[in-house]
Amino acid sequence: MMSDIVHRRSPVLNIIIWGLVLVWIVAAGFPFLWTLWGSFKVQGDFFSKADWTNAVYGVRTQIETGGAFTGKGYYGAWVTKEFWLAALNTSIVVVSVVIISLTLGTLGGYALARSGKKYAFYLLMLALVFRAMPHITLVSGYLLPFFEWNLWGHLPTAIIVMVAINQPFTLWMLHSFFLNIPKDLDESAMVDGCTRFQAFRHVIVPVMWPGVVTTGLFSFLLAYNDFTVTATLLSQANQTMVPKIASFLGTTQTEGNVMFAVAAVVSATAPLFVLILFFQRQIVSGLTAGAVKG
Amino acid sequence: MFLKTITFAGAFALLGSTAIAGCGISGGNVSVLSNDFPAIQAVTSAAAACAGDGVTVETNLTKDHKDIMVAALTANPAQYSSVVVSNSTLVTLMNDGLVRPLDEMVAKHGAALSKSQLITVNGKVMAVAFMANAQHLFSRTDVLEAAGVEGIPATYEDVLAAAEKIRAAGLMDYPVALNTKAGWNLAEEFVNMYMGTGADFFKSGTAEAAVNNENGVATLEMLKSLVAYSNPDYLTYDSNATQAEWEAGNLALATMWGSRGSAILDDEGSTAEVVSGTVLSAAPTWGNDARPASTLWWDGIAISTNVSDEDAEATFVAMMNGISSDVVKANNDAAVWLDGAYMPSPASAGVSGTAAGGAAPYPMLPFMGALHTALGAEITDFLQGSESAEQALADVEAAYTAAAKEQGFLN
Amino acid sequence: MKNRTFFWFILPSLITMLLFIALPIVSVAVQSVHIEHEAVMVEVENCGPFGCKQELQVDVEETAKLKEERPLGQFNGLGTYTNRNHLAFTEIGLAWQSSTGFVDFMPKALNLPFYRALAFTLTYTFVVTPLVIIFGFMIALGVNTLPKRIKGPTIFISLLPMIVTPLIGSLILFWMIDANGILGATLQRIFDDPNLSLKASPTLTWIMLMVYGVWHSAPFAFIVFYAGLQTVPADTMEAAMIDGASRWERTRYVVLPHLMPLTVFISLIQLMDNFRVFEPIVSFSAQASATSLSWIIYNDLVGNESQFFGSAGATSVLTIIGVSILLIPVLIRTWRDFNQKLV
Repeated sequence: MMSDIVHRRSPVLNIIIWGLVLVWIVAAGFPFLWTLWGSFKVQGDFFSKADWTNAVYGVRTQIETGGAFTGKGYYGAWVTKEFWLAALNTSIVVVSVVIISLTLGTLGGYALARSGKKYAFYLLMLALVFRAMPHITLVSGYLLPFFEWNLWGHLPTAIIVMVAINQPFTLWMLHSFFLNIPKDLDESAMVDGCTRFQAFRHVIVPVMWPGVVTTGLFSFLLAYNDFTVTATLLSQANQTMVPKIASFLGTTQTEGNVMFAVAAVVSATAPLFVLILFFQRQIVSGLTAGAVKG
Repeated sequence: MFLKTITFAGAFALLGSTAIAGCGISGGNVSVLSNDFPAIQAVTSAAAACAGDGVTVETNLTKDHKDIMVAALTANPAQYSSVVVSNSTLVTLMNDGLVRPLDEMVAKHGAALSKSQLITVNGKVMAVAFMANAQHLFSRTDVLEAAGVEGIPATYEDVLAAAEKIRAAGLMDYPVALNTKAGWNLAEEFVNMYMGTGADFFKSGTAEAAVNNENGVATLEMLKSLVAYSNPDYLTYDSNATQAEWEAGNLALATMWGSRGSAILDDEGSTAEVVSGTVLSAAPTWGNDARPASTLWWDGIAISTNVSDEDAEATFVAMMNGISSDVVKANNDAAVWLDGAYMPSPASAGVSGTAAGGAAPYPMLPFMGALHTALGAEITDFLQGSESAEQALADVEAAYTAAAKEQGFLN
Repeated sequence: MKNRTFFWFILPSLITMLLFIALPIVSVAVQSVHIEHEAVMVEVENCGPFGCKQELQVDVEETAKLKEERPLGQFNGLGTYTNRNHLAFTEIGLAWQSSTGFVDFMPKALNLPFYRALAFTLTYTFVVTPLVIIFGFMIALGVNTLPKRIKGPTIFISLLPMIVTPLIGSLILFWMIDANGILGATLQRIFDDPNLSLKASPTLTWIMLMVYGVWHSAPFAFIVFYAGLQTVPADTMEAAMIDGASRWERTRYVVLPHLMPLTVFISLIQLMDNFRVFEPIVSFSAQASATSLSWIIYNDLVGNESQFFGSAGATSVLTIIGVSILLIPVLIRTWRDFNQKLV
């Protein structure tokens, strides 16, 4: 009965809300839709300097390939330029970064949220100041030692650097989420004889998923989209997707290679679609009301 | 490691058929850092064909090579045994002593090289050049004809007059383009134009900048007159953008890199009308000077100091294989090669003409990079009309002086 | 929580941060108070494919000796911080003395690279941050009311501006806003001005960068708020409804307070990220009209023949100080919350 009341809204409000969401969807989705459409054209159409409507009708594509659509970009990226290798490297990097970040982050974030001591606050502040450092300065600083110790160019190096760079953010975000989980929950478990870690493991872990999933999403995006760290710290053999895409563009954009980049971007976004569809359910249903109320 | 093996095996399978494994090297590790464009890809993949028989070849082609090269070669042993350098980057590496003299290796393995390919500093060979590049004029003869302009402009004053005619005839509103993207590109245009006056950038024998003079002011004025005929977005135009504009048929007169020539003259990305009308010619002169307003660039091979002599030699041999006459013949149109086997083509006419006209090479001065950076950041205010030419040049010198002090060139 | 337990919980996280963030920060700070050794120069003959020329070169051996004596370089104190390319004390002083008033002084100050960058950085930060929070919140409220079936795709599309690699995302947008591109051409038609170009005028460039900033970051605020909305306690909501609270009142007095920690979190992150803006400036080639502090650092380190580590270090330290000042109000709030939780 209550839910009926919750969902009863005036039509005007409904229209405003839907209108707003619709405008946003168009603004957010259109450039991507445009890219998806354009990825099946030739470069002359995609970046049609002559007239943008060429991108819709595919004038040059007709001339150069004989059809209105072409799969050349995809073929070039995946088969000729071995984009799959970069995709594999990206999966390794992303999975490792997310798992390590979240493991360190949940432990640390939980401790910060429950500590109650002043030094916890100072630590949090310090982490924030750490975060203020522009990545490019950090990465340039690593270069020489990494070359000296022969750490440069390998995936684990890039992974641990990204985990570290992302740690202040992860800590702060999870700390915010843990603050929302009532203290009584784990403290009553400890009254029942659990150690702090057991309380964390058995009481907190089951209810922390929405926060963890959201935080994980950001770690994921950081690792997935990072350019500064991966481009500077990885050798060509270990390249991940984003530097690989950048290399399709190159200093001199060779005709056709730009379309490899566009096709690669579309390909790189497809797995995200599946992933978010999956975790969207996690975000919505993960937090059972009962657990939160204790 | 596993992934690396696969890529190497793959690269080898593609190229292996033409190469003899090892190229006669007894063993060693070859690793090359370089920029990423078609001519260099041809060189490095031919060098990679030397892999096998105890020789490993690794390449890293990236547009960010400048950002990692100093750190990569400072480490001992260096991450890369060779870097593909140009006028400007060789100086950066030599400032820190990161590349070694090549005289012995040239004597032993460089019989095929001509003397002009050797870059010597103080009598020592520091690099071996394999290709040349320069910015020069691209013209659309069909548009010039339609506007009643006779012949191809030989001076920038002619370029301005032709542009005015094209605009007046209603053919194009913005017929001119230069690579004027704020930053490195715009600074390079300033350097080109300033070189046309024959003046020096620094007080002789010192690192003190000397661009705030009548030559500098005239250079800025000329650039401003030219961009008046450029698309209002000119401050975002890098060489990819100008090439795209050219191929779209939006330009009639442009100063672009010679290395763009073959891409523009091929049948991809553009209409037959644009391609057939395009003519490449030497960079124009201007003012009272006969020197083309451009700088000549070369790309070449340098070998790291911090690698073993065995690796250095293996690298040198592999790279000699990369720039051999066979490679040049197979990729004739990819660049203006310095090798004797190169056959000049319409795509190279501009660079050759610019060199023949007596254009000077880009200065190989240790502090030129700092001035270049300062130019790129400070002259936009003048072009946008928010300050005077003298003020802009004073800003350039002030920014340069502060940077040069940090680097120990001035005190 | 006991100190010991706290220590073990936080340790792994702390180690990575110390090694890969704290140590580099210290080294950067040290670097910023040093400049390189005076280079010993010799005039030599350079020959190449285009002839020979007498030019100055660094005498590597002599310079190497100096370097061995003092590997960090010459100590310069705060010299790099106060030079013309950073805080420019001398130039600012001169400009102030020669100015008739504030109106006269401002353009002179904004001609200096640091202050010009600071002006854009602050404007960007204070325009984009609130807009991101407001938009993010409204989108989250909107999406939360959608039927379950279309929520998934809607969330995905909403996240697109954030998840498509900025490198390519901005390249595509950069083309779309070109005078010949679809957005640029549409704007020209709307404003009936065939010469309208978003890339040419400094004002429009600023607006464009800020619109991009909001577009790019709103999904971040959206998803955090959306996750937060899922945890709004249902019983409080019900109680409020039974008390006859209107929809607006429920949002104002139940939802907003519940989301407050998240709002603080988003403002913190956004303030910092926006203060460090530079990617759009690079991708949109906007440096002629807009530069930021991080862009100065980037320009010192990337894409040029010579890298200026000391200069980049000084700007980095100044950026950290700037961020710290900016965060003070938010930190005070967090401090109060924190102390309340102690009780």
